[in-house]
Amino acid sequence: MKLVTRSLVAASALAMMTAMPAMAKTFVYCSEASPEGFDPAPYTSGTTFDASAHPVYNRLVEFKKGTTEIEPGLAEAWEVSADGLEYTFKLRQGVKWHSNEIFTPTRDFNADDVIFSYERQGKADHPWNQYIAGVSYEYFNSMEMASLIKEIVKVDDYTVKFVLTRPEAPFMANIAMPFASIISAEYAEALDKAGKREDLNNLPVGTGPFKFVAYQKDAVIRYAKNADYWGDAPMIDDLVFAITPDAAVRLQKLKAGECHLMPFPSPADLETIKADPNLKLDEQAGLNVAYLGYNTTMAPFDNAKVRKALNMAINKQAIIDAVYQGAGQVAKNPIPPTMWSYNDAIVDDPYDPEAAKKILEEEGVKDLSMKIWAMPVQRPYMPNARRAAELMQEDFAKVGVKVEIVTYEWGEYLKKSTEVNRDGAVILGWTGDNGDPDNFMGVLLSCAAAGEGGANRAQWCNEDFSALISQAKQTADVAERTRLYEEAQVIFKDQAPWATLGHSTQYVPMSNKVSGFVMSPLGDFTFEAVDIAE
Amino acid sequence: MIRFILGKLLYLVPTFLGITLIAFSFVRVLPGDPVLLMAGERGITPERHAELSAQLGFDRPIWQQYFDFLGRLLQGDLGNSLVTKKPVLTEFLALFPATVELGLVAIVIATLVGVPVGVIAAIRRGSWFDQISMTGALVGFSMPIFWWGLLLIILFSGILQWTPVSGRISLMYFFPQVTGFMLIDSLLSGQKGAFASAASHLILPAVVLATIPLAVIARQTRSAMLEVMGEDYVRTARAKGLPQSRVVGVHALRNAMIPVITTIGLQVGVLMAGAILTETIFSWPGIGKWMIDSISRRDYPVVQSGLLLIAGLVMLVNLLVDLTYGLINPRIRHK
Repeated sequence: MKLVTRSLVAASALAMMTAMPAMAKTFVYCSEASPEGFDPAPYTSGTTFDASAHPVYNRLVEFKKGTTEIEPGLAEAWEVSADGLEYTFKLRQGVKWHSNEIFTPTRDFNADDVIFSYERQGKADHPWNQYIAGVSYEYFNSMEMASLIKEIVKVDDYTVKFVLTRPEAPFMANIAMPFASIISAEYAEALDKAGKREDLNNLPVGTGPFKFVAYQKDAVIRYAKNADYWGDAPMIDDLVFAITPDAAVRLQKLKAGECHLMPFPSPADLETIKADPNLKLDEQAGLNVAYLGYNTTMAPFDNAKVRKALNMAINKQAIIDAVYQGAGQVAKNPIPPTMWSYNDAIVDDPYDPEAAKKILEEEGVKDLSMKIWAMPVQRPYMPNARRAAELMQEDFAKVGVKVEIVTYEWGEYLKKSTEVNRDGAVILGWTGDNGDPDNFMGVLLSCAAAGEGGANRAQWCNEDFSALISQAKQTADVAERTRLYEEAQVIFKDQAPWATLGHSTQYVPMSNKVSGFVMSPLGDFTFEAVDIAE
Repeated sequence: MIRFILGKLLYLVPTFLGITLIAFSFVRVLPGDPVLLMAGERGITPERHAELSAQLGFDRPIWQQYFDFLGRLLQGDLGNSLVTKKPVLTEFLALFPATVELGLVAIVIATLVGVPVGVIAAIRRGSWFDQISMTGALVGFSMPIFWWGLLLIILFSGILQWTPVSGRISLMYFFPQVTGFMLIDSLLSGQKGAFASAASHLILPAVVLATIPLAVIARQTRSAMLEVMGEDYVRTARAKGLPQSRVVGVHALRNAMIPVITTIGLQVGVLMAGAILTETIFSWPGIGKWMIDSISRRDYPVVQSGLLLIAGLVMLVNLLVDLTYGLINPRIRHK
C-alpha cells in the first residue's frame, strides 16, 4: 500500500506541474451545502449568498469587514434629504463587469444596472420579474422594499436617487444585504437575445472580487480572481468551494489538508480542533438569540407577573452548559450584546425558584400545566431544543408547573407557532440579517408582527414598546435611535413576553496557513482578503 | 423468448402507474410545505402564503395536481425544481452517472468477493473460514453505513492517509464532463494522474456501499451452494469420478446461481438506499444526496419525479435479471 500511496503522490505532483500554472494560489473552502442558485435575489439562505452575492457581486453599500457598519460599495458617496425621503447615490466609475463565454461587456457599471437590479424585484410587470417561472423575491418582500421605494430616478449615468414613501432608518443596512446585489442590465439583455434567460441564475456575471468559473452540482464551485476588481484585488488566484455536507467529514478534510477553512464545526469537535497544532479556531459571539416565547394572549400567560415568575424559574446557565456545551452565553435582552443599542444596564431576572413559586401563588396560579414547543431541528442559535425543553421541564416542575413537551415537523412548527391561539410556549430564535436592531425588535416583537403568520410568536402587542420601535425606525440619528431602543428593552424586560435563553458562539476552524480571514457578525463567509502561506 | 419479454413488460405498466401515485403522494403526506420552509423563522402572512402557493400551482385540488403531473409525464416533462428552478431531468442526468459509477463498482466488489467467499464457505462447511466469513457477513449486514463510512474515513484518510477524505477527484483536476463517469472522463482528459486520483476517491465509498450487498450475496451463495451440493446430480457427478473443481464449478455453481442472481438484482434497490447515506458522508454528488436535500426542502417536483426515475431504473434492472434467468435456465424461458 505504501507503494501505491507513493505513486499516487508522485502522479499528483506530476499532474500539478502539468495542469496548473506556476505559483497559482488556490484556496479551498469546504462549504456545508449546495447553493440553490447564483442569483442572490430569489433566495434567503446564507449558503447561497456565500456562493453568489459575496464572491461575485457587490452592492451599493457594503458591510465593513467584521462589522455591521456600512461602508461605500458601488456607491462612492450618498446624501440623505432632511426629511429622510430621498437618498442620492454617487456611483463609482470605471467598475468593470466580469465576462464569460456568452458575454463580453461593452460598458462599465452605471445607473442603469442599479435601476434594473431593484426594479426587476419590485415591479411585477418588469420583463425580468418572472425570468424563471415561479420565481419570487422573498427578502425584497419581507424587508418591505416594494412599499418603501416609491421610485428610483436616474439623475445621470453615475447618480441615482431613491425616493421613499416614508423615512426608514434601516434602509442603508437593508440595501447592503445580499438580495440587493447589483446585476448587469447589459448581461440580461445578452441573455435575452441568446434565449438563455435562466442562465442569470446559473452563470452569474458581477463586479465582485471573484469571477464565477464553473459549478458541478453538489460537488465543486470554482471561481477565479477578478484582476480588474475595483477594490483591493484578492490575494489568492483561485477560490474553490468543495461542498461537504457532513461536519465530521469537513473536519477530516481540513485535517488532511484537502481544504483550508470550514464552517459550522460540530461542538463536540472543538476541543480536538484546539489541540491540533496545524489548525486554528476563530470564534465570535453570534448575532442571534434563542428564546421561549409565551402566548401572551392566553391566560395565565397574559399576566406579565406570571411570565416573569416562570422566567425566574429557568436555570439559564444550566442550558448554556448542557445544550450549548459552553459555546454560548446567557441572554438577557432580545438583541445580542454585539449589536449597537444593546442595553447592558438591564439586570436579568435572577434564577430563584422559591421567589418564582411565591409570585405564582400570589397571582393565584395553581396546578398549572403548560406545553413547551421544542423545534425538531438544530439551528445556529439553538443546538438542541429538545434538550433545552427537558431542562426547563425540570425547572418548572420545581415551582409546581407541569410541562408537556410537544414538537412538529419543521415547516409545520414554523406555521403552527404563529397561530394566534397557540397552546403553549414556543422555543425559537433569530439570526440577524443586517445588524440593525429593528431587524430583531421590529421584526419579532412589534404589534405589526403579531397575528397569524407573523414573526411575533409571543403575540405580544405592547403599544409603548411598538411606538418606540417605530419612532426609532424613522429616526436617522443613531444616538437618538440608540436611546429609543434602550428604552424599548426596558419595557421588554419588564413585560417579559419571552424568556431570553441564549446567544450562541460561532466557530470557524481553519488551517494555520490561512491569514486575513475575518469572521462576519452576520455569519457570511467571504474570501477576498484571505491569503495562504506557502 | 419474445413473448416472455413482452409478458414481463406488460407487468410493468400497472406497476409504473402505482409508482407515480406513490411518488406523488409520498411528499404530500409529509407535513410542511415548501413555501413555509422558504419563509423560515420570519413567518409568512396567510395572504402571501396563498399567493405563492397559487404561483406554484399548489392551490389546485390534489387530484388535479396528480393528473397534471401524469399529463406532463406522458409528454416527457418531469417538471422543474422549486429551488433551483432547473428541469428535474437535467439535474438527474447531471448527477446520475456519479451514482451509477459508485453503484457499479460497489456491486462488482460485492459480487467478486461475495460469490467466491460463499462458495468456499459452502464446500468447507464448518471450517474456520466458514465460521469467520459468515460471522463477518452477519456483522457487515448489520453495519450502520453512516458510522462505518466515518470509521473508514478516520482510519484510512485521517490516520493512515492512504485515501482522500471525500469528493470524486482531486480539486486540482479540472476538465469538462463528457460521460459523467469520472473514471472514464479522467482518462479522456489526458491529464496525468487524474485517473489514479479518481480511482483513489472511489475506493472508500464503493467499499462502504458494497458492504451490505456483499454480506447478503456471500450468505445467499453459501446456502444455495449447500442446497445444490446435496442434490442427486452432484452425487452422480462425483460418482462418475469428475474432479472437485468441475463438480463445484459446473454442476453445482451454475445451478446455485439462480437465487444468487436474484439476490444481486435485488441488491440494486438496496444500493439505492445505501447510496443516500454513502453519498452524504463522502460528499459524492449523486442522486441519493439530491433526493435527501429535496425531501428536506419539500421540493415536490424533484422528489416525485426523482423517485419515479429511480423506481423505473430498479424495475428495469429487475426485468434484466428476469431475462438473465431465461438465459441461465432454459426451463424458465419455456414456462
